[in-house]
Amino acid sequence: MYSVNYHRASSVADAAKLLKNGDAKLLSGGMTLIPAMKTRLAAPSDLVDVSRLKELQGVKVSGKTVTIGAATTHYDVSTDEKLKKACPALAHMASLIGDPAVRHKGTIGGSIANNDPAADYPAALLALGATIITNKREIAADKFFKGLFETALKEGEIVTAVSFTAPAKAAYQKFRNPASRYAIVGVFVTKGKDGVRAAVTGAGEDGVFRSKEIEAALAKNFDAAALGGLKVPAKGLMSDIYASADYRANLIAVMAKRAVATANA
Amino acid sequence: MSDVSFTVNGRRVSGSAEDRTLLVHFLREHLGLTGTHVGCDTSQCGACVVHVDGKAVKSCTMLAAQASGSTIVTIEGLADGAELHPVQASFKEHHGLQCGFCTPGMIMTATDMIARHPEGLDEAMVRAELEGNICRCTGYHNIVKAILAASETMAKGAKGKAKQAA
Repeated sequence: MYSVNYHRASSVADAAKLLKNGDAKLLSGGMTLIPAMKTRLAAPSDLVDVSRLKELQGVKVSGKTVTIGAATTHYDVSTDEKLKKACPALAHMASLIGDPAVRHKGTIGGSIANNDPAADYPAALLALGATIITNKREIAADKFFKGLFETALKEGEIVTAVSFTAPAKAAYQKFRNPASRYAIVGVFVTKGKDGVRAAVTGAGEDGVFRSKEIEAALAKNFDAAALGGLKVPAKGLMSDIYASADYRANLIAVMAKRAVATANA
Repeated sequence: MSDVSFTVNGRRVSGSAEDRTLLVHFLREHLGLTGTHVGCDTSQCGACVVHVDGKAVKSCTMLAAQASGSTIVTIEGLADGAELHPVQASFKEHHGLQCGFCTPGMIMTATDMIARHPEGLDEAMVRAELEGNICRCTGYHNIVKAILAASETMAKGAKGKAKQAA
């Protein structure tokens, strides 16, 4: 790791100020950033640690509205009793990230700001039609996730929370890379007052995306049987040493069926 | 450079370290606590697991500066003098180690797992919870056995204490 200056922010406003130092980066759980720094793939001059800020912690449920602070760990999301009642699919999804030690540190804000093309949270927030709240504005998930490791966040902008309306039904299924536990394909489906949404992670060349084919098939009938003849185009899907684009296309259909069956169970 | 201070295994310690110093290196090189191992150095193998503020974390993926102010427990802090912690005793009893390199991380992960599941564990749960710990001798069978046995011993111990208290 190259030399770096560590700062612990005392508030979000303080973090915004500290971010103006050189080529500073925000540090939350550090589960991606620190490994990237160790391999020198990332070399920020300064780190601004926001992981201990109380104002960024915790899950709030008010009626159907769920708000999760950006520095809430995957472990805290996966075990939150209020969330398990309001949106059990999201708590379950958080329990599938990495391993227990990673879940104790990694945070929802860090995951979505990084927007790894195989991360789980981007699919969940896109399918939930969530709003990403920053220190400057609110951004719809549909406009937030831009591409590989790319988001709508501007220089110096800090994710403070995410918020969504709990859907009537939801579920996430992923086919995991057996070594990294990242998704080779992950599908999050929801059925809410605005209809059906299905988001796919791990597969797209441009990162997370909504599947028109799945949404159209489920709009008429939210049942795994409605996905019987589903053909997902392989165009625009990733091919790598783990899976070809065709295989990923097939996995999307399989994971979507499993997710709908779980959501209906 | 930053000044860092922690409580490590019940002892207040402080020192000065470069900001890029990883917690595992601070423990091993500044404090001489070499029981915490560096296996893969890529956050995957779990040989470096320690408890920071009561939670199992990979100390190779955390800066010492991030942990400053925290309470840390390492493998050296588990035993009560000459008396092994129940998880350590169980690993010994069930031969839960072969070369022993992964053992500190396995035991720190196991104590955290048992603490989070007071209702008890079954084999599938233990195996799922061990996802972040790799044993290159592939000695998982006895590791799982040792953790299940320790979980039962500790549950009985807790009940015994509750009875005494009542």
